Amino acid sequence: MIIIGCGGLGSSIAGQLSAAGNNVVVVDRDREAFKKLPPEFSGFTIMTEVIGKSALVDSKIEQAHILIASTDDDNTNIMIAQIAKMIYHVPKVIARVFEPSRMRVYKDLDIETISPTILAASVVSDSILNEGDVES
Amino acid sequence: MKAYFLAKNLISMGYSVTMINKNKEDALQLAKIDRATVVHGDATLPEILEDAGTHTADVVVALTSSDPDNLVICQTAARLFGVRKTVAIVNDPGNVEVFKTLGIDYVVSTVRTISSLIQQSVGNETIMNLTPVEEGKVMILEVDVNTEDPISGKQLNLFEMPHEAIIGCIIREGKPIIPRGDTTVSPGDRLIILSLPQVQSATLSAIKRKVD
Repeated sequence: MIIIGCGGLGSSIAGQLSAAGNNVVVVDRDREAFKKLPPEFSGFTIMTEVIGKSALVDSKIEQAHILIASTDDDNTNIMIAQIAKMIYHVPKVIARVFEPSRMRVYKDLDIETISPTILAASVVSDSILNEGDVES
Repeated sequence: MKAYFLAKNLISMGYSVTMINKNKEDALQLAKIDRATVVHGDATLPEILEDAGTHTADVVVALTSSDPDNLVICQTAARLFGVRKTVAIVNDPGNVEVFKTLGIDYVVSTVRTISSLIQQSVGNETIMNLTPVEEGKVMILEVDVNTEDPISGKQLNLFEMPHEAIIGCIIREGKPIIPRGDTTVSPGDRLIILSLPQVQSATLSAIKRKVD
């Protein structure tokens, strides 16, 4: 599996999936970013100038079953996810999209999007509502 | 500020132009253009495109310096607002095919455009004209034949040149000839050659005398 973007989210996922025995390739523009990878990570890292199609080819996307686009830029994630899905037919593609309104455009594509904003909001409201003693 | 000059040009041609820029200073600068409408905001967000009246637009042109932004702008315009024609600029030439596959109608690579302009101006004594077709996948070359060129006086089926190139037409004394294998090339002919870009220089060096 391929993870694009080795920030907080990307590096944590990479560590967890690698520890679970998966073959993980992590791609980032910044060599320093790989320092965030936890000790349990035992996969490959690829440093690339431009996050685009050629970086995906370098990370052997033809063989990938899963791609996670988790850079800090929504539009880069959306672009990478579409290249993975539409050009390389990667079975499972997940993109992080911070801005929920952008997800509307891509809802009919077979790409899973996760919005930290929506996730955090639902965790907070669930926590409040489940206490059951909310008064206006 | 590519948008500044493009907008001025289009407005002078009678088009109604709305520009979106996420930098406030740039947006204020653009607003000085006569008859232009400017929206300050991130055009990759549906709500900003909506504010700009994208649903009424015939064409959306994405000119930002970020390729992913340009992709998202064009796709949002087409999918959410029904814009029929989308144009995107790309920095990475590899994105030309990618964007076309992902549904962008016109993709312009500045790198490819400038490269082909340079190719046209360099060695223009040899190549009279060079036209890229399909974003440079095929090149049309126009070459004038001189007495000292290897191809001069040769019959085409006896002349060796790369397989990925073909002489499609000969202009002789102003008249076009569609050449066959038994056609002989004469000095003064202009050859119109179809060539894949990778054999373009090999084709030229087969046809033309080496210029040192």
